Amino acid sequence: MSTPSILTNLTKGEAYKKAMAMGADAVIKELQASELRGRGGAGFPTGLKWKFTREAAGDKKFVVCNADEGELGTFKDRKLLLEHAHKMFEGMAIAAYVLGAKDAYLYLRWEYHFMKADIEKAMAEMHALCPEVHFHLNFGGGAYVCGEESALIESIEGKRGEPRNKPPYPVTSGLFECPTIINNVETFCCIPHILLEGAAGFASVGTPKSKGPKLFSISGDVKKPGVYEFPMGISLRRVLAAVEAEDTQFVLVGGSGGRIACAEKCLDRNLSFEDLPPGGSIIVLGKKRNLISALRSVMDFFVEESCGQCVPCREGCYRMLHFVEKMEKGEKVSRKELDRFLELGTTMQTSSKCGLGQSASNVFVSMLDYFEKEMVKIQN
Amino acid sequence: MSDKLIQIQINGKEYEVPEGSTILEACRKAGWHVPTLCHHDDLTIAGICRICVVEVEGWRTLQAACATPVAPNMKIHTYSDKVRLARRNILELMLADHYGECYSCLRNQKCELQKLAYEYGIDEYYFGHKTERKWKVDESSYSVVRDKDKCIQCNRCIRTCEGIQTVGIFDKVFKGHDCTVDTFWNHPMRETICINCGQCINRCPTAALKEKNETDLVWEAIADPTKTVVIQTAPAPRSAIGEEFGLPPGVCVTKKLNTALRAIGFDKVLDTNFTADLTIMEEGTELLMRLKKALTGEDCIKNATLPMITSCSPGWVKFCEHFFPEQLDHLSTCKSPQQMFGALIKTYVAEKMNVEPKNIVSVALMPCTAKKFECNRPEMHDSGFKDVDFGLTTREMGQMIRETGIKILDLPESDFDNPIGHGSGAGMIFGATGGVMEAALRTAYELVTGRPVPFKDLDIVPVRGMDGVREAEVKLENVKPEWSFLEGVTAKFAVAHGTGNARVLLDQIKEGKSPYHFIEIMACPGGCLGGGGMPIPTNLEVRKARAKAIYAEDHAMDIRKSHENKLVMELYKDFLGEPLGHKSHKLLHTHYTPRGKKAVDPKGSV
Ligand SMILES: Cc1cc2nc3c(=O)[nH]c(=O)nc-3n(C[C@H](O)[C@H](O)[C@H](O)COP(=O)(O)O)c2cc1C
Ligand code: SF4
Ligand code: SF4
Ligand code: SF4
Ligand code: SF4
Ligand code: FES
Repeated sequence: MSTPSILTNLTKGEAYKKAMAMGADAVIKELQASELRGRGGAGFPTGLKWKFTREAAGDKKFVVCNADEGELGTFKDRKLLLEHAHKMFEGMAIAAYVLGAKDAYLYLRWEYHFMKADIEKAMAEMHALCPEVHFHLNFGGGAYVCGEESALIESIEGKRGEPRNKPPYPVTSGLFECPTIINNVETFCCIPHILLEGAAGFASVGTPKSKGPKLFSISGDVKKPGVYEFPMGISLRRVLAAVEAEDTQFVLVGGSGGRIACAEKCLDRNLSFEDLPPGGSIIVLGKKRNLISALRSVMDFFVEESCGQCVPCREGCYRMLHFVEKMEKGEKVSRKELDRFLELGTTMQTSSKCGLGQSASNVFVSMLDYFEKEMVKIQN
Repeated sequence: MSDKLIQIQINGKEYEVPEGSTILEACRKAGWHVPTLCHHDDLTIAGICRICVVEVEGWRTLQAACATPVAPNMKIHTYSDKVRLARRNILELMLADHYGECYSCLRNQKCELQKLAYEYGIDEYYFGHKTERKWKVDESSYSVVRDKDKCIQCNRCIRTCEGIQTVGIFDKVFKGHDCTVDTFWNHPMRETICINCGQCINRCPTAALKEKNETDLVWEAIADPTKTVVIQTAPAPRSAIGEEFGLPPGVCVTKKLNTALRAIGFDKVLDTNFTADLTIMEEGTELLMRLKKALTGEDCIKNATLPMITSCSPGWVKFCEHFFPEQLDHLSTCKSPQQMFGALIKTYVAEKMNVEPKNIVSVALMPCTAKKFECNRPEMHDSGFKDVDFGLTTREMGQMIRETGIKILDLPESDFDNPIGHGSGAGMIFGATGGVMEAALRTAYELVTGRPVPFKDLDIVPVRGMDGVREAEVKLENVKPEWSFLEGVTAKFAVAHGTGNARVLLDQIKEGKSPYHFIEIMACPGGCLGGGGMPIPTNLEVRKARAKAIYAEDHAMDIRKSHENKLVMELYKDFLGEPLGHKSHKLLHTHYTPRGKKAVDPKGSV
């Protein structure tokens, strides 16, 4: 068995035909056997998501592809959209077939407007191959939060992109309050490969809870930045070697809401749902980088990108940014004050309404965990 | 919510709660207090302030109690360390961005944010505190004042204005920390299509929204020896002002209030119920004339559009002017009782009192913020002067009384002044949704048939209650000879409260599918008793209690039908002539302005 990859060539339309021949339940079984987990960040088992949505009550169901790719340092979906868009559309068509849905929406980030013509062409091509499915193209307005699935759905509905309360989840109440499968671009691209090449092959690489090949966008202080495909569970050390990282101080894994892994202690940790969440974005920071200004950029990002709905996130990010600025200026910080902001970090994680606010303090908390001494002078 | 019960645990105790209830509902039912801020019983779920978070065993994050449904065997903790830390942090974050100045704030001691700060023993600003204003207070509107520096972005006003009223003045703008709740393009309130109903004020947890306070101007008038200050009081404030002094909702203090108003220095205390009765005479006659023209073709009235719709709720009138400008002919031309009274005070009453109208200051105690706008409409000068100078809300009057130190609840009772100081029970029930309809039917039915309405104790139950839209019908049989054209007609009525519900009936009219002859619409949920100027808080329970009190007062009245109000009959004999007569027409009727989505109409009326 060769190493599975989702970047190899497939004949257009074959997987869709095969899915129809297999029947919806068998498709779901195959996905479950592949142990594919969502590639958009949270890692929810895809087969299970499809099963729930298929079983959910409702005459009308929808398929949505999340191509909002707004996470700091991610550009792997961009590559797929440019080079493998037909696989994504085919994955969407298969999802539509499984649900008996007629409409499938692609939500494309505003900044990818330049691809519009090519995407529309791929869309028309796929529609010709699976005429039962009508594809729709929606552009985001540039807000990071619209990558969050329920905010994205609100945005397609023409409303302000604000995350909804959950439950209900999209599987029972998504687009226009109908059961909806929403998956990441990469997740949809995996589907044709799994159906044509077999679940076993896909699951032949990875760790017990993270299977298959995975794309990573790698940037920062490295000689060879770009999109890489590695099997799930690869160690940080091997990744850094592949991209020729230089003089690494720490790695930000999973983007703005991810965690840091410091070069001293974490090189043998691996990228998997069990260990360092393999969101897609890997930013390497060399020893010359200023820790606090890196942290400040992250907090700046969140102050700007919070949807502003809920207090822990809207106000929390803002106060935290001010505190980081205080650290940056070298102002006096007491133990008590620092502890309060670490507590605030916890509150943001536990009490924010959506994943954005819940992860907005991650970098703050994990950086101070590793580098407190380097970052603040405690004066009581 | 279903009937099925599920087992859950709250703070270690077992409970059975209905499937589909939220954690908040379950906790309340079980007697556990969970703090809330963006939640309001009247409104859709938001789940955005996060103050209500609770811990659920097995869940990674805390859950917003107001927005999370219970699940079987859920184990909930409402005050664990994690929960208390989160709530304190959330409050501190809110306070950091709040221009807090409680002692100079209208909501002092009635503010939900302040109450929470007390509940959580906040004694320090952990994350800073806003000490300088960022925004100008918007006092442009006659009715609603906006103080954005006090806004905590709970969205309650958005959900009220859009959800209940379907007006939609407010929305969120920008994102991140720049996010605010705003009007379209941040226009001043006066330049929006706000209908002045004040429902957003009633549901705002802080002082970010409040009524335009005119108590100082009224105090000034009282202090001026050259002025005779006359006040009329509407039924709804009388059923609720006790709440400002600690009474539970649903206790009328009408006659104690009379005494208090005199003690404050009002020269005459009159009863708006009187002009409510007058409204019934005018509006009832107008309805019968419209029916006559429609059924016989006789040219007895200019506008015979049916269904006819009540016009005593100024919020509703403005709603109609904005959203249904082509349907304005359906509105009765009758002024509201407040404005009828105003026109009479500076004419008939002035004459009786022997006071020059220019020296009269006419004040109206109302449940309503839209009344402030109404009395400032340019057309409301039929007495030759501004018919009503100030419309005060129940809350403002509560403030005036508090300031005097008068213990209203301990005062002896006293009656209204004359000459137009007595109203019927029919006038009283104007305060509740369905009341105008009921009062009109009591009179019109009897006028037409010579018999009282065929309902036990005159209580027309089908038009009562709190359902959004209600309907009733009466078959007219054995009518008096002069109304023979109504013989055998089944007259159909509908009642709606809250402009969202009104929209349903108006859309029906627009589509030509309205089966009704007469419709009552009140802009506020519950009618005047849920008015935008009434004591805060409001919810269905409060409104039901006030309604009960109002209906009880009706039962206690010596007369319960408007046409039996002798003073009204005297007024016609003495002064007005007859309903819809020349003088009535001049003083008691009005016209409307098709505004559409324009905030300010070309004639300059706002
Ligand atoms: C703030 C925020 C931003 C997100 N942005 C993206 C995104 O750009 N693309 C994406 O696929 N998922 C994004 N997600 C995850 C989605 O909410 C959702 O989990 C995902 O689209 C589900 O697809 P999957 O199961 O295939 O991963 C984001 C989540 C959050 C909280
Ligand atoms: S956590 Fe942030 S992005 Fe998410 S709903 Fe709250 S304010 Fe909006
Ligand atoms: S709105 Fe409430 S918390 Fe704010 S100043 Fe007024 S009383 Fe105090
Ligand atoms: S007063 Fe009424 S119409 Fe005006 S903003 Fe408030 S709720 Fe909306
Ligand atoms: S104005 Fe009042 S009701 Fe509206 S969002 Fe602000 S605090 Fe809430
Ligand atoms: S009261 Fe539940 S989130 Fe605001």
